[in-house]
Amino acid sequence: MTNAYPHNVLSIEKSVQGRRGVKVCTPSCKAEDFLPSKYLRKTQINLPELSEFDTVRHFTNLSRLNFCLDTHFYPLGSCTMKYNPKSYDVLSSLDNFSALHPALPENNTQGTLQIIYELDNVLAKITGLSAFTLQPSAGAHGEFCGALIARAYHASRKDKARTQIIVPDTAHGTNPATAAMAGCEVVNIKSAENGKVDLTELQKALSEKTALVMLTIPNTVGLFEEDILQIADMVHKAGALLYMDGANMNALIGLVKPANMGIDIMHINLHKTLATPHGGGGPGAGAVGVRKGLEDFLPSPRVILKNGKYSFAKKHKLSIGKMKSFYGNIAILIRAYCYLRQLDAKTLPDVAKNAVINANYVRVKLKNYFPAFFDSKCMHECVLTIDKTKMPTVKTLDIAKNLLDKGFHAPTIYFPLIVPEALMIEPTETENKQVLDAFIQALKEIYEKALHTPDVLHDAPQNCPVKRIDEVSAAREPNLRWTK
Amino acid sequence: MFTSNTKEDLTQMLAEIGVKDFEELLPVPQLLRKEGFDLPPALNEQELTAEIKKIAAKNKPLINFAGGGMQEHFVPAAVNALSTRGEFLTAYTPYQAEASQGTLQAIYEYQSCICALFDMDISNASHYDGATALAEACLAATNIKNNKIILYTSALQPNYVEVLKTYFKNAGVKLKEVPLNADGTTDLAQLETLLKSGAAAFILQTPNYFGCLESAEEISSLVHANNALLIVNVNPTSLGILETPGSYDADFAVAEGQGLGNALNFGGPTLGIFTCKKQFVRNMSGRLCGMAKDKDGKRAFVLTLQAREQHIRRERASSNICSNQALCALNATIYLTLLGPEGLKEVALKSLENAHYLQKELCKNGFTLKYKAPFYNEFVVTTKVPAAKLIKAAAKKGFLAGIALAKNELLLCATETNTKAQIDELVNILKEVK
Amino acid sequence: MYNQENCKFSSTHEWAYIENGVATVGISDHAQHEISDIVFVELPKIGAKVEQGKSCCVIESVKSASDIYAPVSGEIIEVNQAAADNPSIVNQAPHGDGWLFKIKISNPDEVKKLLSFEEYKATL
Repeated sequence: MTNAYPHNVLSIEKSVQGRRGVKVCTPSCKAEDFLPSKYLRKTQINLPELSEFDTVRHFTNLSRLNFCLDTHFYPLGSCTMKYNPKSYDVLSSLDNFSALHPALPENNTQGTLQIIYELDNVLAKITGLSAFTLQPSAGAHGEFCGALIARAYHASRKDKARTQIIVPDTAHGTNPATAAMAGCEVVNIKSAENGKVDLTELQKALSEKTALVMLTIPNTVGLFEEDILQIADMVHKAGALLYMDGANMNALIGLVKPANMGIDIMHINLHKTLATPHGGGGPGAGAVGVRKGLEDFLPSPRVILKNGKYSFAKKHKLSIGKMKSFYGNIAILIRAYCYLRQLDAKTLPDVAKNAVINANYVRVKLKNYFPAFFDSKCMHECVLTIDKTKMPTVKTLDIAKNLLDKGFHAPTIYFPLIVPEALMIEPTETENKQVLDAFIQALKEIYEKALHTPDVLHDAPQNCPVKRIDEVSAAREPNLRWTK
Repeated sequence: MFTSNTKEDLTQMLAEIGVKDFEELLPVPQLLRKEGFDLPPALNEQELTAEIKKIAAKNKPLINFAGGGMQEHFVPAAVNALSTRGEFLTAYTPYQAEASQGTLQAIYEYQSCICALFDMDISNASHYDGATALAEACLAATNIKNNKIILYTSALQPNYVEVLKTYFKNAGVKLKEVPLNADGTTDLAQLETLLKSGAAAFILQTPNYFGCLESAEEISSLVHANNALLIVNVNPTSLGILETPGSYDADFAVAEGQGLGNALNFGGPTLGIFTCKKQFVRNMSGRLCGMAKDKDGKRAFVLTLQAREQHIRRERASSNICSNQALCALNATIYLTLLGPEGLKEVALKSLENAHYLQKELCKNGFTLKYKAPFYNEFVVTTKVPAAKLIKAAAKKGFLAGIALAKNELLLCATETNTKAQIDELVNILKEVK
Repeated sequence: MYNQENCKFSSTHEWAYIENGVATVGISDHAQHEISDIVFVELPKIGAKVEQGKSCCVIESVKSASDIYAPVSGEIIEVNQAAADNPSIVNQAPHGDGWLFKIKISNPDEVKKLLSFEEYKATL
């Protein structure tokens, strides 16, 4: 479909001097009436000058350049791209939620406080942990919060030697980066041949210097750590705490409570497991839960219920402080709360159940095309790879770009690092067999091309608004803003 | 609930997988699956809607005269109409650039609009909020100057100070407070003394927490003369009429961007604006979108300089940040594009006008302006009646009369969303409280 | 300029050209090929003390960040700003204009631990 403007024209390039957009108000003063000129802006404001209609056309046309969940299947491993229910968008933006200033008296915010309190509780019930903070804005933010809690815990016991955080080599980059931000030394341990934690390596790495061991369960290769109870025991015997990166919680929710696995601290990504929209890269939320005995370290303020009234508790002296300026991404929390109110003991297990069946179905159907790197049952995601003996010149990147042409968003590629040419596929439970069959068929067609005409694969995508991008020049000579 | 496989689908799939039932597929030992889940009955959409509306009814929004880091500004309908389109709302992070040109171009335009507003060289794709953006700027400064001391004005927003303390506890960064003059602005003599004993940077806030405008040029010269960096926390809407961080040579300028096109939402989601000078681009954390060309030479947008970030650098990354507040940044971009330079100026002017009218009327009626320094749209009054009592009385009549700073001190704010009638009514209410 | 045959190599793909107690350091042709298009070079600071086998420099491609390890211990006395300004020369001339930094060697015995070009080639 064509339109008057060639694609990818910037708003500033459509700008015409003197055009006015929305008029919000009419002031009847000049800045100089109240302020000495030294405080006033001397430079022009080089923002675009567009009419409202031009602006609406501009951004509407931009939106149409995107793939999105509402239009495309996104089998991104570890991202849990499940359906974002429309009713939650409507409910979370009700005026009575969106118009609240954070400084309002507590009597005026009982509804939102109730949601924060109940969300904390229901997450505790689902995980078996004691209490949650809803302040962190993202998974990585939650990890940082968890690492700070661990450090505060050891500090409270005057155990100053604990400055190391152990992370398996399959970990997402945020894990070691978090450890470094928390002032800790990162100890990487090599995984076993089957992609799971190597108990010998773990034992070697554990010492009186270990503050925390960070694990993703199931791990980033989609496999469950069957030795988790033994791992937890080893970690606790060494005096350290065990952290669970909950990015893959969609495989466990309703089936296993992390507390029963010996987890002390964990985060849950609300924008993954609890279906809140990704928004093109945020806002998300990373709820952090702790077992009994660690509640006092949680960020403040926490919401309490006393005599039927919700309020913010006074800051506990052991609290790590604040992760962000106010109380968390409330509009996101409301959506997550809605999601959990639509599930109960009977229906909650269906989430993980369908997620696991879907992932194994894809794995098995592609066995002779893109084999799983670890040949075993997987959980909610499978990690496939390319058989280099059959297609030596084809890279995972080519597979990804060709999937775009066939109308599917690519899976996660090149992660985890221990799998060469990795394709990490997570269908989620909100996709059905028909969608998966179409995806499997697309991959089979790409496979055939890879066998017989691999060069053609390198040209993909051909059907997207742009083709492969020269990222090298983009990085060598960065152009990060327009100049007017 | 939102699963759509039928029983028949599942049976067929399990057969193709080669297992007789789901239990056979699950690698989790039975021992870990004990206990049920104690949850209330699931609600269908109609029941959920009723329940949420019932909870929402317990909230009582008031007419806002509070600031303190979050300000209510009118959001034109087009902002949400555009940003809640599924193509923006349900899109993923734009790692596959060819399938994400909408999101990517929007980020590039966001970065550009922010640079234009702030007169700064570079903006990233945003941090979680103003406080965490400030923390990241401080960490960058400590790396650049190889010095772990950060000075901050006593008039820095208190919850930002708390976040800095949380972030820096284990990072070995030392925070030192610079006191204020009686007029509500930073004491330059004390600042100079502290600078002389060595610091990586000074954090300035203008307008500051008490609403006062600081002498940014003077402070900037002083800070730079003492080999430190200037980090400034500003109010982005105010830049419609106030001097820009770029014009007084700030090294890093951060802000809470909620006021640009985002609702209050009881404090979140938020938008952490982060800008810096060109030479610090590599010390900057967070996502960056760049303009590039595709292999046909067509203009294209792509996430760039990713090798600074955690997914590549891992423990050597300067931050663990993985995401940005994309949708909030999109709201800000659409808002700025809709309003344009004239529209933004009008919002800032009206906010200035309303705040000064409110202050004048209050001071005619028994309240005293506490600080003499000029202010933009927030100010502090000393009160005869305890501030908490005033807030309670005003709340009963439908008004949020600011933030109590001390027993007899009130921090008030006015924006273009307040009318003269509302201001007059608030003043009448407050002057009657005994 | 710094011909492969006249250089010593580390097993981590750095070369060192030793002359008058100074080691000029760069990455091998194999390394630049593996990293592929280099977009950024994070050079060490002049005056920095480096240790044999420890990372002292980072080379970035679009998708990776590779540590460059000091082949010998000592002090950084010179860096190649041209490589920082134009990273592609490290790909084009890894043994010439793409050199990275110079170390004033503190412990000459350490040079014995390095490989000759032939020995390095054999590891590839």
